[in-house]
Amino acid sequence: MPGSKIIFNGPDKTETDLKLAIENNSLIHIDHLDELYLIKELAVEMNKKPRVAIRVNMDTGVYPIWDRFGFNYENGQAWDAINKIMLNDKMELVGLHSHIGTFMLSPNAYGIAASKLSDLALGIKKKYKKNIQYLDLGGGFASKNTLKGSYLQGVDTSPTFDQYAEAISTAILNAGFVEDELPLLLLESGRSLIDEAGSLLGTVISNKRLSDGRRATIMDFGVNILFTSFWYDHKISPAQDFSQYTEDAVLYGPLCMNIDVIRENVTLPPLKRDDHVVVHTVGAYNMTQWMQFIAMRPAVVMIDMNEKAHVIRNRETLDSIESAEVMPEYLKKFKL
Amino acid sequence: MNIKKNIALSDSGFVFDPSSGDSFSTNPIGLEIIKLLQNGKSADDIKKHITGAYMTDGDSFEKDFYDFVNMLQKLKIADGAEKK
Repeated sequence: MPGSKIIFNGPDKTETDLKLAIENNSLIHIDHLDELYLIKELAVEMNKKPRVAIRVNMDTGVYPIWDRFGFNYENGQAWDAINKIMLNDKMELVGLHSHIGTFMLSPNAYGIAASKLSDLALGIKKKYKKNIQYLDLGGGFASKNTLKGSYLQGVDTSPTFDQYAEAISTAILNAGFVEDELPLLLLESGRSLIDEAGSLLGTVISNKRLSDGRRATIMDFGVNILFTSFWYDHKISPAQDFSQYTEDAVLYGPLCMNIDVIRENVTLPPLKRDDHVVVHTVGAYNMTQWMQFIAMRPAVVMIDMNEKAHVIRNRETLDSIESAEVMPEYLKKFKL
Repeated sequence: MNIKKNIALSDSGFVFDPSSGDSFSTNPIGLEIIKLLQNGKSADDIKKHITGAYMTDGDSFEKDFYDFVNMLQKLKIADGAEKK
């Protein structure tokens, strides 16, 4: 991937990172004023004109407003930052970026974001006669998972891609751009694309009855492997033949901690030790946030379009942990 | 351990307790075990019957039987928990 095609975003960009990004002509999405001034300094020092965008936060009618990232639209911070870039001439403002939240169930919020970014872009055109090349509407698009506390299932409540597309494109097309000056639209659709591509296979360790009579099933995976069980009521299916008889159960992980709960209440056919289950829609955020704790992390297998399986990450071993550890010299001689 | 006398069972596994108004459903094996308990069969008799009639071993039966009987007592379908 050439550096010039990389969008560099986030609040933590070191000076070394920024120098590399400027050198590679990457698209730098500015998060705060300290970064803006640092890029200005580096531009002079390196005698280059970095390509930048600013990240804009805004009220889109949903709670909470992610106003910790970027510059605010409503209070004028965003327009102020734009003016600082445009008047200075050390940087080239090529785009505008927003990322309004996560697991957004309201397509209309993207419509509002697209309108506000378009308004800024048209303001730049009017004041500086400059066309903004792209609007990056960011991510946060929902997958078909079910959020905890949600009454209805995610498959019934999550908007379709068409609904998101309709809201965004309508807002941009109605904003007032001249047809051949319409900006490129960028989206960060990671979770909504890959969540359904991942499944977790697990095994029953044991069953027990809790003091209040509820059935509890202990699985060989917990919040250590399935981080997203903190957010979602994941759909879980038995991976072998089962009868139509079911019972409500609590699904626990294998950790020695009370927080290790996969599902507080799930209706499943009674499972016995060594039975297998499939946890659906786990492709996003789990392999990036899982933790090495008590149990080793499992292998990851990819099934290709021809249904052929490939190991793409090996199962963790003790060596994976120890290889990064360093023993101080004086402790090497310590004898038990 | 005895199934309470006024418990009503249907062939489809519907279990009704007229004294509380509570109703439950059980699968065919659960229904069979409740009927055997109603007929005064001991745990050993039931184990012999179930392991003879179905593909299950003694340990699996004991584990599930113990769990099932505890549930019957918890739901007040059965009384007479063994006293220490």
